[in-house]
Amino acid sequence: MAVDKNMNVLIVDDYNTMLRIMKNLLKQLGFSNVDEASHGGEALERIKTKKYGIIISDWNMEPMTGYELLKQVRGSEMAYKDTPFIMVTAESKTENVIAAKQAGVNNYIVKPFNAETLKKKMEAVLGVF
Amino acid sequence: MSDLNVSGAGSVYEKDQVIKIINSVIAKVEQAEETSRESIFRELKDLQDIIEKARSEIGAARPNDINDKHIPTATDELDAVVESTAEATGKIMDSCDVIQEKAESVGGQPSDDIVAEVMKIYEACSFQDITGQRITKVVGTLKEIEGKVGALVKVLSQNMPGLHDASNDEGEDQASAASDDSALLNGPQMPDKAITQDDIDALLAEFD
Repeated sequence: MAVDKNMNVLIVDDYNTMLRIMKNLLKQLGFSNVDEASHGGEALERIKTKKYGIIISDWNMEPMTGYELLKQVRGSEMAYKDTPFIMVTAESKTENVIAAKQAGVNNYIVKPFNAETLKKKMEAVLGVF
Repeated sequence: MSDLNVSGAGSVYEKDQVIKIINSVIAKVEQAEETSRESIFRELKDLQDIIEKARSEIGAARPNDINDKHIPTATDELDAVVESTAEATGKIMDSCDVIQEKAESVGGQPSDDIVAEVMKIYEACSFQDITGQRITKVVGTLKEIEGKVGALVKVLSQNMPGLHDASNDEGEDQASAASDDSALLNGPQMPDKAITQDDIDALLAEFD
């Protein structure tokens, strides 16, 4: 099934620089409906009011981390509980990857990353585009 | 002349001296008939001198400066580094946006090549996020030290009037406010300790 590039994408990061980089990379990949959130709590509010095709989130944020966001999304009874979720983080310890996977993450990108890696991981989750 | 004299030796030796003087005074008081009041007085005077010396040495070290000046200065400087790199990165990306827009308006292969190079600049700008996280980690460590020094100064202040009580419980408060995945928040790893994207892919594949 073809990937709908008009899907809503939610990117979550507390660094404005990263949000900007991510938005630009997504634009280059053909995704232009991109919303931003600066931490897990803000992301959760957005998820509750809008349907997203994928969530791409940093881990280390305050007051709510990306890991907590992932757990709340997956632990929910709402329709958004199965939204594809990619963690993009500098947290590159084995225990982080395992914890994220056990919490239900679909893929995991370690920073710094490039457009090719982002595309590859998104395709692994959504299908080739 | 007293049996024990105040010397300029280090604190360990002075601690031994204090114990010896106290033992000596106790022994002389117990044998009060054979000991003059003057002898006991001299022993006590030596003890007082040692305590005064220790007090002035601790005061001269100005432990409050660590919390009042050094650590706040260091954290302010580090915050400024994050702020200035963020500002510079923003300007770089602003220029990238302009170049990209101009290139796209021209079209053709050269345009595609320029846009591809601009994307590489964008990718490289993620250094600001990584360095920012590293610096935040250092600031956190400094604040931990600040908390420990504060506790130490508080203990000293109880018996040493003149030392400002600069202790606080900020470190403990921060620790208790941390989210439940705090043990997993290690920040960016040093290159020789980090696992690679390939390692992560292999790890994730084990779950499939």
